[in-house]
Amino acid sequence: MPNLLPQEVTEKIKEILREMVNPITLVFFTDGKSPTVKETEQLLRETAQLSSKINVLVRDVNKDVEEAKKYAIQRVPSFVILDQNLAYKGVKFNGIPAGHEINSYLSALLEMSGASSPLEGDLAKRIQAIKKPIDIKVFVTLSCPHCPGAVQTAHRLAMENGNIKAEMIEAQSFPELSRKYHVSSVPKIVINDQFELLGNQPIEAFLSEIEKA
Amino acid sequence: MMRGYENGVKTMFFSLETPKTKEVDEQTVYDFLSLGGGPAGLNGALYAKRKGLKTAVVTYDLGGQLKNTTSIDNYLGFESIDALELIDRFVNHLKSLEVPLFTGLRITGFEKKDDLFHVTLEDGRVLKTKTALIAFGGSPRKLSVPGEDTFSGKGVSYCATCDGPFFKGKNVVIAGGGNSAVEAAIDLSKVAKNVTIIHRSQFRADQTTLNQLYKLSNVHVLLETQILELQGNKTLTGLKIRDKKSGKESLFPTDGLFVEIGSVANTQLFAAWVKLNERGEIIVDDHQQTSLEGLYAAGDVTEQVHRQVIISAAEGAKAALYANNWMNQKGI
Repeated sequence: MPNLLPQEVTEKIKEILREMVNPITLVFFTDGKSPTVKETEQLLRETAQLSSKINVLVRDVNKDVEEAKKYAIQRVPSFVILDQNLAYKGVKFNGIPAGHEINSYLSALLEMSGASSPLEGDLAKRIQAIKKPIDIKVFVTLSCPHCPGAVQTAHRLAMENGNIKAEMIEAQSFPELSRKYHVSSVPKIVINDQFELLGNQPIEAFLSEIEKA
Repeated sequence: MMRGYENGVKTMFFSLETPKTKEVDEQTVYDFLSLGGGPAGLNGALYAKRKGLKTAVVTYDLGGQLKNTTSIDNYLGFESIDALELIDRFVNHLKSLEVPLFTGLRITGFEKKDDLFHVTLEDGRVLKTKTALIAFGGSPRKLSVPGEDTFSGKGVSYCATCDGPFFKGKNVVIAGGGNSAVEAAIDLSKVAKNVTIIHRSQFRADQTTLNQLYKLSNVHVLLETQILELQGNKTLTGLKIRDKKSGKESLFPTDGLFVEIGSVANTQLFAAWVKLNERGEIIVDDHQQTSLEGLYAAGDVTEQVHRQVIISAAEGAKAALYANNWMNQKGI
C-alpha cells in the first residue's frame, strides 16, 4: 500500500511530534479483515516512524484475547494509548483517526507523553472528585471540524482521573452502534450510556453531566 | 466538494490543524488583544502587529465560522479556495510576523479594571490589555419552531459537512436562502437522494452560486414557504409547512433538516460592558469602537447585515488601526 500520509502532512506531523516528552505505546487491535483495519494499522505505523517516542504493538483481537479483555476492546479497528510505564489511562480510539480526527489523535499522543499544561483551580478539583466509573463515548465523522475538540476533552478527562474511560467512535465505521445511540449529528457525547451532549462542549459541560451520573 | 464524504482509502484525507497550545503569556500587558480567531480577530492582530503594537490572538479555534464552510468563492484573489486552506494561509501570515496565537482557550470572563481590560480564561488564568477587539463571531441561528430542540441531533442538524454522511440515500431539507444554505444543498446533493430548499422569502444567495444549484437534478426549491413545526417519533419524520401565498398548510416528509439561516452574535460575555442592539449584536461606530472606549468589535458579533469573510477581515483591520490612533492620542 502506498503511504497514507501525504509528504507535506508528514513533515508537519514530524514537527508537531517534536513536542513529545516521554515515550508512549500504542496497542492496536485488528482482525485482519474488517473495513479500515489495514489502513488504521498503517496510519499508526506511519506516525510511529515520525517520532522515536512512539512504539506500536499490533494484536489480533481473536488470538490475544486476554489483552483485548484488559483494554475492553469491543470492535476493530481499535487502539489504546499507554503512557511511559505502559499504564492504560482509558484513552481509546475506534476507527481510523483520519480526516479532521488526525488532530485528536496527535493531541492524544502529545498529552499522553506529558506535553500538556496542567489543569488548575476548580476544574482540577472537580475532576479529582469523581469517584464513580465513568464511560465517555464521543461519536465523530471524519468530515467534522468540531469533533476533534470534543474527543480531546474526553481523553483529557480520562488522563486526569483513573475512574474515567473515554473513547472516540468513528460513526461510519460502526453503523450499528451509531444507530443504537441514534447518532445523526456529531460530535455526540454519551456518558455512561445515559447522558448525552451535542457539539464541542467545554470541559465544564462534560463535568456537569458526569456529576449527575 | 464535501471533505471526506466517502470513508475509504481512495478518498483518505488529513485536515491537519495547528495544535492547540493552551499556552499564554500572563506577564505582558498587551496593547491590542484579539478575542476570537476568525477572519476579524486574525486580521485585527495582523494589522496591530504591523503597527508595532504588543498583540496576540486568544481563541479556542483558529478560523472561526470559516471552519463550518467547505469552500470560499468570493474572497478577493481566490476564485475558489478550500476554507481550511484559507485559514492556513491566514495563520501562516500571522506566524510569519510572529504574532502569538494562544489557542485551545475558552474565554470565560471579561471586565475593565484600572484602565485595562482583563480577559479570564476557562482555567482561571488572566490576560491584561490596553485595548481589545471582540471578534467572537456567531453561533448557528435556530429556526425557533416547536419540535426543533426535541429533534436536534435526531434529524435536525446545524453542520452539513459534519452530519451529511448520516443522510446517504435519504431525503433532506435545507432551511435558508443565503449562500451557506445553497452551498449546503449543493454539497448534500452528492450524498442524499433528494434535497429540498425551503425558505420563507426569496433567495439572498449570489447568482453564481444559484446557477450551480439549478444544474442539479435532485435539488428542489420551495420559496415563500414557512416551516411551522417539526414532527416525528424518535427521530424527525416531517415538517409542517405553509405556503405563504395560498396560506395552505401541509406536511412535508423528510429524514433530515439542515438549518442554515445565519448566525446569532456571541455577545453574552460582553453584554454588561457594551451597548447591544435589539438582536443582541454589538453596536459599533465607524471606527469599529463599541460604547466603551478602547474596546472594539468586528465581524459577525457586531450589527452587521452582510456576513462575509472579507468584510469581517476588513473590519478587524479597521479596529486595529483605530485602536492604534486612540492609544497615540491618549499617549498610552
